[in-house]
Amino acid sequence: MDLLYKIFADPFIQMGHAPDLLLQTLWEGLVGGMLYALIALGFVLIFKASGVFNFAQGIMVVFAALTLVGLHAKGVPAFLALGLTIGVMFVLAVAVERLVLRPLVNQPDIILFMATFGLTYFLIGLGELVFGGDPKVMIASELYLPKGAIDWKVFGGFVSFQKIDIAAAVIASVMVATLAVFFQKTRIGRALRAVADSHKAALSVGISLNQIWVVVWFTAGIVALATGIMWGARSNVSFALEIIALKALPVLILGGFTSIPGAIVGGLIIGIGEKIGEFYWGPLFGSGIESWLAYMIALVFLLFRPQGLFGERIIERI
Amino acid sequence: MFYREAGQYKTTYSADQAVFPILQDRIGIFVILLLAFVVVPMTVSGFVLSSVLIPIMVFALAAIGLNLLTGYTGLLSLGTGGFMGVGAYACYKLTTFFPDVNIIVLILASGLFSAAIGALFGLPSLRIKGFYLAVATLAAQFFLSWCFVRVPWLYNYNVSSAIEVPTRTAFGVHVTGPNATPVTRYLVVLSIVVLLTWIASNLVRGRIGRMWMAVRDMDIAAELIGIKLYQTKLIAFAISSYFCGVAGAMMIFLWFGSAEADSFSITQSFLVLFMVIIGGLGSLLGSFFGAIFILGLPIMLRTLPELFGLTIRAATVEHLQFMITGALIIVFLVIEPHGLARLWQIGKQKLRVWPFPY
Amino acid sequence: MRLKYLAIGAAVAAMTGGSVIAANAQAQEIYVPLATYRTGPFAGSGIHIANGMHDYLDMLNARDGGIGGVKLNIEECETGYDTKKGLECYEQVKAKKPVIFNPWSTGITLGVIPKASVDKIPILSMAYGLSASAVGNDFPWIFNPPATYWDGLSMIFRYIGGKEGGLDKLKGKTIGFIFLDAGYGREPIPLLDQLAKDYGFTVKQYPVPGAEMQNQSAQWLNVRRDKPDYMIMWGWGAMNPTAVKEAAKISYPMDHFISVWWGGSEDDALPAGADAKGYLALNFSAVGPNFPAIKDIQKLVVDAGKSQTAKDKVGTSHYNKGVYNSVLIAEAIRNAQKITGKKVVDGADVRRGLETLNITAARWKELGLPEFGSPLTGVSCTDHNGHQSAYMQQWDGAKWVKVSDWIAPMKDKVRPLLEAAAKDYVSKDAAWPKRTEPCDKSS
Repeated sequence: MDLLYKIFADPFIQMGHAPDLLLQTLWEGLVGGMLYALIALGFVLIFKASGVFNFAQGIMVVFAALTLVGLHAKGVPAFLALGLTIGVMFVLAVAVERLVLRPLVNQPDIILFMATFGLTYFLIGLGELVFGGDPKVMIASELYLPKGAIDWKVFGGFVSFQKIDIAAAVIASVMVATLAVFFQKTRIGRALRAVADSHKAALSVGISLNQIWVVVWFTAGIVALATGIMWGARSNVSFALEIIALKALPVLILGGFTSIPGAIVGGLIIGIGEKIGEFYWGPLFGSGIESWLAYMIALVFLLFRPQGLFGERIIERI
Repeated sequence: MFYREAGQYKTTYSADQAVFPILQDRIGIFVILLLAFVVVPMTVSGFVLSSVLIPIMVFALAAIGLNLLTGYTGLLSLGTGGFMGVGAYACYKLTTFFPDVNIIVLILASGLFSAAIGALFGLPSLRIKGFYLAVATLAAQFFLSWCFVRVPWLYNYNVSSAIEVPTRTAFGVHVTGPNATPVTRYLVVLSIVVLLTWIASNLVRGRIGRMWMAVRDMDIAAELIGIKLYQTKLIAFAISSYFCGVAGAMMIFLWFGSAEADSFSITQSFLVLFMVIIGGLGSLLGSFFGAIFILGLPIMLRTLPELFGLTIRAATVEHLQFMITGALIIVFLVIEPHGLARLWQIGKQKLRVWPFPY
Repeated sequence: MRLKYLAIGAAVAAMTGGSVIAANAQAQEIYVPLATYRTGPFAGSGIHIANGMHDYLDMLNARDGGIGGVKLNIEECETGYDTKKGLECYEQVKAKKPVIFNPWSTGITLGVIPKASVDKIPILSMAYGLSASAVGNDFPWIFNPPATYWDGLSMIFRYIGGKEGGLDKLKGKTIGFIFLDAGYGREPIPLLDQLAKDYGFTVKQYPVPGAEMQNQSAQWLNVRRDKPDYMIMWGWGAMNPTAVKEAAKISYPMDHFISVWWGGSEDDALPAGADAKGYLALNFSAVGPNFPAIKDIQKLVVDAGKSQTAKDKVGTSHYNKGVYNSVLIAEAIRNAQKITGKKVVDGADVRRGLETLNITAARWKELGLPEFGSPLTGVSCTDHNGHQSAYMQQWDGAKWVKVSDWIAPMKDKVRPLLEAAAKDYVSKDAAWPKRTEPCDKSS
């Protein structure tokens, strides 16, 4: 009975008692979720266009941020470094298309999945070799990212909004909006959607698959860079960030592998869900349940919708 | 020329159904076993035994376990590390409760616990498929890792939250603990691996294996010909986890000597998956190849610079090793997407017709 | 065709690879392997320590021609903070007869502890590893000076007591404990619980799972709700800077936020910069390059281009801990030479050297490191730790400043716990070897 009370009543009473903390938790979850969503977005872009489950998305986040910070440390001005990093991500996209995707075309999914593991290893080694494995401070002020916090007094308490988190939320939203416009309105975007629908049909109307792949990997690279900058500014840039990227996986199964809105909604659900869960129900289990809670949330959703919230319905035929 | 089965006739069904129907294979396996059981323990140094051969054997067994699930049944799992951990912790608890029971028996028994847990986490597999299932098994991985830290009962309330392998003997010889010689540990590992591989090879050739493969190739069609999907998938999960659990118990008891929850992290799961894919999906032999490739490659890369008299810093070697491993994985996939086992088959074919081109 | 070359290449590589492993160290050197980690998620902490360890020993080679006229053969083995690779390192160096092994990871330490007495290699786990291994009677081959985690925790409480005007003032207060959710972070909990009972405060635990090191907002929200009077941190790697940033974010009073020595690196506080001002960390080695010996390192090793250390990183907090570790190694070897009269000592000799370790204030000065650490006395056959004092350092927004004198641990509270833990460890294994090694007089 006591346990039931602790599970079903106590957390809600706490929410009512300190609404400012509830708001703060929601906000933290929202920001965390935005960043998960950004990583998931990178996955979705690549999965849609090339059917590759890109495990390297996590290390691409680290690699992009590391390149940016590393170049700056070598004396390159911040915005030039940003430009150069985008250049590096483009080179990476071309290299991946040439050296990995093209030779492996038409192989089973799991083989391509494995190839992205190889890519992950390669990028870890390359990043550490060139820039060193020590954590670095993100050049937030050089990139004119805001610092400090805004405290909002409410319900007798306060809710603190970090300016960097607000910036992250804004940049993530702008990025998603830009991508949406890009996909809906531009020629390449339309080609991309065509490829996502059917490779063969797209090829037959003269869309170059190789070109599309470069475009999506490059876009995923830029998304990775944005994620890396934001997450790096929140803590710092180190290889441990790669593990965080795994959090995008439950987001993916929740939202569906092929849906961009799914990635965003999924990210928000996971982000807010795990923060609320950890904050209000975590202490019951001795805290630290965040590491698996997201997966459990996703699993429960999956039992009802095996293709994710927004995924395409799986139709099976003999 | 060297590998010709022409002229080898079978007169009985049992001869036709033998594990190794071809004479050359029988000679080959006999030579390999002779080498592994007799020559290697007598000639190889302790370092190679305990840092190369034992790890390869342990991971080969885990890879076989995952291969049964992923390669034969087509269910992608990323929870291998967790299931290995269940085996290790179960073995530790068993030996705490029954210190006098032969440790080899306990290692084999600990797999049963991991089989039960595996079946439990296999429950979603009926509704979920492909990468969705892979991510769902990640839930098992993270949840189990969490349990290994958070349930102090599992490590006997040890202050450092770790399990320390006690000294145990079997047949009067030290098998675990610091006094067990590498040779003893190697022979125990090898025997278990050979035994379980033999069981696995019979499993996949039998009714269960055929059911698995039918499910893998097309589950709806399999269902239509009367295979119970749910049962088949759960059996696959259970048996696969059994193998992984035994591998995990061996890893801790016969190799590490102690374990933290961290020993069964997600990296372990990925490592085993690498082995399965590089070695060849749906091939037991490939599991061995994969383990040799993934574990042997870094050790070889580390010794290479010394060989050429180069002094490269340990960290640089590590970085290069990551890059080269990554690049080689891609190169191998490009050369032969079906894994090293397929290369081996091609090699056998070449030997069959040599010196003629076909 | 391609296949054939592949097969031949693999065979050749396998054969040559095997022969290299068997290579032996030369007899006229003392072989000191260093297990380091410059890669992986914890590299941020590991690189500085590795540099410090390596540079000091390199300096001894360059300045004095080694120890007692015998050159040191220093070799790094990369562990990546991974138990599997660490054990591989151990097996690899074992063949070359090392005189000492520094695991630099709790997991690896636990793995090698049972092997040490069999292989006759002393293990030096400086202020980490298994706390119970301080009991020399049960663990003759394991050493963990200058202080255990339990000592560290008791020192933190001494400091808090000093601030509050007596430990009994803690009654009714709340102490928060944020830690890496692994063996390392959980180790202080038994003592923490006992102190809570003794002094009547409540403990709130905030575990940080390894995968969530850089995602701690939920933990710190809990801190904001519970409003603990002090926060104590047992973190490592990327967890520390994130925690400091998050603490600043919820405007937790930084001078009530205290970390164990592994959170006292510049890299831990620097990302938060000025916001981290006031953040406290325990430390047992001095910070800064202003010591004759460290100047020697700069001159003979770093400036000579023999080091991987960036010039401005010499003398940083973790770098100096690496130096401290190497001082212990060097002193142990020196002691061993003195006791045995041999020039080229082996592992068994160095074990005796470690057991007679005695670095007085005068000795620190002789070493060119005056006041670098508190005098390391009290290491004996029964006590493999010494339970030495540490001091509190505070982040002033740009660098660490020493803010306390040497704080002694509560040995009376720690030692019984250690003995009990050691007994517990040994009792779990009926075949645990009894100590047979004789005891030397302190030199």
